[in-house]
Amino acid sequence: MQLIPCPWCGPREESEFHYGGQAHVAYPEDPAALTDEEWARYVFFRDNPSGPFAERWSHSAGCRRWFNAVRDTRTHELLSVYRVGEPMPALGEVNS
Amino acid sequence: MTDPVSPAQPPGAHLPDHPDFLWDDPDPRASYDVVIVGGGGHGLATAYYLAKVHGITNVAVLEKGWLAGGNMARNTTIIRSNYLWDESSGIYEHSLKLWERLEEDLDYPILFDQRGVLNLAHSLQDVRDSVRRVNANRLNGVDAEWLDPQQVKEVCPIVNISPDVRYPVMGATFQPRAGIAKHDYVAWGYARAAHEMGVDLIQNCEVTGIERAGDRVTAVRTTRGRIAAGRVALCAAGHSSVVAAMAGLRLPLASHPLQALVSELLEPVHPTVVMSNAVHVYVSQAHKGELVMGAGIDSYNGYGQRGSFHIIEEQMSAALELFPVFARAHLLRTWAGIVDVSPDASPIVGLTPVDGLYLNCGWGTGGFKATPGVGDCFAHTIAHDKPHRFNEPFTLERFTTGALVDEHGAAAVAH
Repeated sequence: MQLIPCPWCGPREESEFHYGGQAHVAYPEDPAALTDEEWARYVFFRDNPSGPFAERWSHSAGCRRWFNAVRDTRTHELLSVYRVGEPMPALGEVNS
Repeated sequence: MTDPVSPAQPPGAHLPDHPDFLWDDPDPRASYDVVIVGGGGHGLATAYYLAKVHGITNVAVLEKGWLAGGNMARNTTIIRSNYLWDESSGIYEHSLKLWERLEEDLDYPILFDQRGVLNLAHSLQDVRDSVRRVNANRLNGVDAEWLDPQQVKEVCPIVNISPDVRYPVMGATFQPRAGIAKHDYVAWGYARAAHEMGVDLIQNCEVTGIERAGDRVTAVRTTRGRIAAGRVALCAAGHSSVVAAMAGLRLPLASHPLQALVSELLEPVHPTVVMSNAVHVYVSQAHKGELVMGAGIDSYNGYGQRGSFHIIEEQMSAALELFPVFARAHLLRTWAGIVDVSPDASPIVGLTPVDGLYLNCGWGTGGFKATPGVGDCFAHTIAHDKPHRFNEPFTLERFTTGALVDEHGAAAVAH
């Protein structure tokens, strides 16, 4: 079982966590101004890369807090874990 | 139907021999009328119906690995058409009708075995949803019955119907025409027939780029050179997002690992297919004797063709509660396929904003059963540049218009 390093609790087993999909998807600043196409993009369309992916996890069976991670979707390797509100590390920083 | 296994024969002795080479292994030509990206079941079936029904034979099927070595080799081979909504019922029942005559059509054994599928209900809400689905199926001309626990036991004697388990069996829907087929034979049958009509099946040929001239697709770039194409049809299953991005298309898909496993070979103990949505395991016994079991998808996006151990643990605990007789079975191997799940758990099949580029993706966990049906409808879509009536509802635009076909939880399996 994969260990996921919660930024508050440290490494814990994957089964303690809940997955939240892509990170850094901001709610529209002016929702009333959006077209149907733009709403569709916001609601349904997410990145789905084969490679590094910034995503949200919740330590739901532990501290119950959300955090962000960059994970390589090909290997499942967690390249970086950081707190909500912190910027996503540049991939160069992640891989070094 | 398969022959019964004689006790004097080793497991699998009644199966047809593995075939010799069924197709050439050609180098790609400089151009084709139609290039199909993805040499799995859907790609091969599409090529077959393009050639057979529409007379379009200047076709290449490009496969980055070996033919039918992706999800086609990794699924649990279950075939059924007991979906809730009319749109889904349309395409899956179309497919099931093609399955029923596919062996004769391809002149090739595919071991399609209509042993029926039970979808178990474990709560009062499950029961209500299931009965609703039975009624919906019947209205659409799809065979379906509601069975009480005793009747479940008659269809599949090894199911534990004790009320004293955590998720008791409160009944099941039953589709007698559902069943399984031998996935490798299905792929080989389509490959052989498509090859005989002139389709080039090109393996070890990964698409690395899609060229456009304005709004029209013109060629694909591959690890074996550039191939000009009048039309390009995507059948890349779990990797659809990656391939479509090469043409500048963003898709509403998330790719997830979906795990399955098989036991060692056992005497025939399991006469049908059993699926349980609530506890999430689905089981059949392969023609050779392995118990084939599927699970739910892993929650996270992934392309690694392996999943999490705790998913298998949950799947196994559910299987053991439902089938105590499995307790002594040994696990032989596990694997994962990569499934592309759409927001409404229905496929995306049809035209794209790019002229000459056609999309077939988003089948999630349910692509195998659709193989003949989508092959037929997608070939029609490519040949006529407009959707077949059975894939007309499954547009990319529905995520903007809101005309979703919401099969999440409706279709007797959770994603």
